[in-house]
Amino acid sequence: MTVLRVDELSVSAGGQSLVRDVSFQIGAGERVGLIGESGSGKTLTASSVLGLLPDGLHATGSVRLGEQELLGASERTLSRLRGMEISMVFQEPMTALNPSMRVGSQVAEPMLLHGTRPDRRAARSAAVELFDSVRLPDPEGTARAYPHQLSGGQRQRVLLAIALANDPALLICDEPTTALDVTVQAQILALILAATRERDTALLFITHDLAVVASVCERVLVMLDGEIIESGGTREVLSSPRHEYTGKLLAASDLEAR
Amino acid sequence: MTTSAVLMALARRAAILLASVLVASVVIFLFMTVIPGDPAQVALGVNATPELLARTRHEFGLDRPLISQYLDWVGGVFSGDFGTSYVTREPIGPQLVDRLGVTVWLVGTGMLVALAMAIPLGTLAAVRHRKPSGAAISGFAQLGIAVPAFLAGMLLVQLFAVRLGWLPSGGWTPPNQDAGAFLRGLVLPALSLGLVQGAVLTRYVRTSVLDTLGQDYLRTARSKGLRPYQALFRHGLRNAALPVITVLGLQLATLLIGAVVVERVFVLPGLGSMLLDSVASRDLLAVQGIVLVLVVGVLLVNFVVDLLYTVLDPRLRGS
Repeated sequence: MTVLRVDELSVSAGGQSLVRDVSFQIGAGERVGLIGESGSGKTLTASSVLGLLPDGLHATGSVRLGEQELLGASERTLSRLRGMEISMVFQEPMTALNPSMRVGSQVAEPMLLHGTRPDRRAARSAAVELFDSVRLPDPEGTARAYPHQLSGGQRQRVLLAIALANDPALLICDEPTTALDVTVQAQILALILAATRERDTALLFITHDLAVVASVCERVLVMLDGEIIESGGTREVLSSPRHEYTGKLLAASDLEAR
Repeated sequence: MTTSAVLMALARRAAILLASVLVASVVIFLFMTVIPGDPAQVALGVNATPELLARTRHEFGLDRPLISQYLDWVGGVFSGDFGTSYVTREPIGPQLVDRLGVTVWLVGTGMLVALAMAIPLGTLAAVRHRKPSGAAISGFAQLGIAVPAFLAGMLLVQLFAVRLGWLPSGGWTPPNQDAGAFLRGLVLPALSLGLVQGAVLTRYVRTSVLDTLGQDYLRTARSKGLRPYQALFRHGLRNAALPVITVLGLQLATLLIGAVVVERVFVLPGLGSMLLDSVASRDLLAVQGIVLVLVVGVLLVNFVVDLLYTVLDPRLRGS
């Protein structure tokens, strides 16, 4: 079953084309990596799926979630899907949480907003359970903490809990481990893997780190200058790249050494 | 943070406030003694005999050492006694309290006008910063900043009092005497004081909201399914309020000064007009008292701003 189907997606700003003719699909429970260097259009592709492109940018083509067309859908429709059917974990855990709100309330919010829990109390205890499932120490106490009282890795776990709160069909992770140190990276990746497997969630995983793609994703899409230049099973693409650029990425990553 | 820690922090701030007030009182007292002019001479006129002058000086206590004069004054102030005017020979305290009431009403309503204008307009200007309506609000605010309060006051009087005759051009009715007349009399002074400050504040609110709109946590809020305005209200405004409150504290101090002028324009019996009258009649002890009250007012505002900061921003509470 196809969860996400992107057809000939293009993004432009004014007359300038930033993403061109991007097409791919993700099935239920499938984990797809989107790799490429900074500025290749990975994040814009993900933002188009969520309908959260920065002001002044325009997307054309088609993005379908199940049967629902997302491009050009009303803000009303999109806001019902965001946090419910599609959620996203962003790159910067240090700034992605509201500094003046307790993290427990921030996790409870999407459940209350979409009515997946009957009341504040139920949403709160669900938040504490989620904190437990993302292996946050002292889930009860953490729920009462403010973001500045948590480390970067802990904040990213909170953000993951927010994204998973309503068991979305599609989870988008945009470089979720780039800002974290190596040992924490591995833990967060393991959590994302476990969570998506458990829920049969489709995963679109954006990164520039080939080692991460190799450990998380089944399929991989390689982007260069706004276009997908190569795609296929992770093993195939990484072991015998057809495109020169993929080869360069591989050489630069010293994946063999690991 | 525990309750006792909150109380400790509060006590520390209050101690700092008290110390600031004491320092301010010393500075004001010294300043008043070094400026030339002999209160006894002022009270008696130029034709007074040296004997009479000496007797009056003794009566005022001006022949005593400075330190005991200061302690006398400060001691009195803390028990509400601001001394007896050299000019009118009447106690200054009760008049000060009366006048302060008028000024507090004026500054308070002026601030309300400024806030009622700046929060919605500044937010709108930020949200629509790419659209003509947002630019129009910014332009209008820019224009408002250029207008001094007294000019705004005179223009308002010209329009609403002289041309249209809707509101009185000046004068003061105490609220317990005739509430309707009190409110009508307060409208124009509050507007002339508040509109200009509101224009200044609009710019700060706009900048702060604009800054907040670009924050990552607002994008997180949108990704949860909050609509743009929902995300701004639930996650943005509280954070946007922090820098605005700093400016607000500074502005309240400016408003106190602005009130001096506006009270003149609208013939209001506030602290500002009392200050000007006292300066004109060289009533030094009254000037000393008024300045102290104004300084304490500004210090109190800063104290409250500090407290608000800790209420709004958990990062400042310590852990």
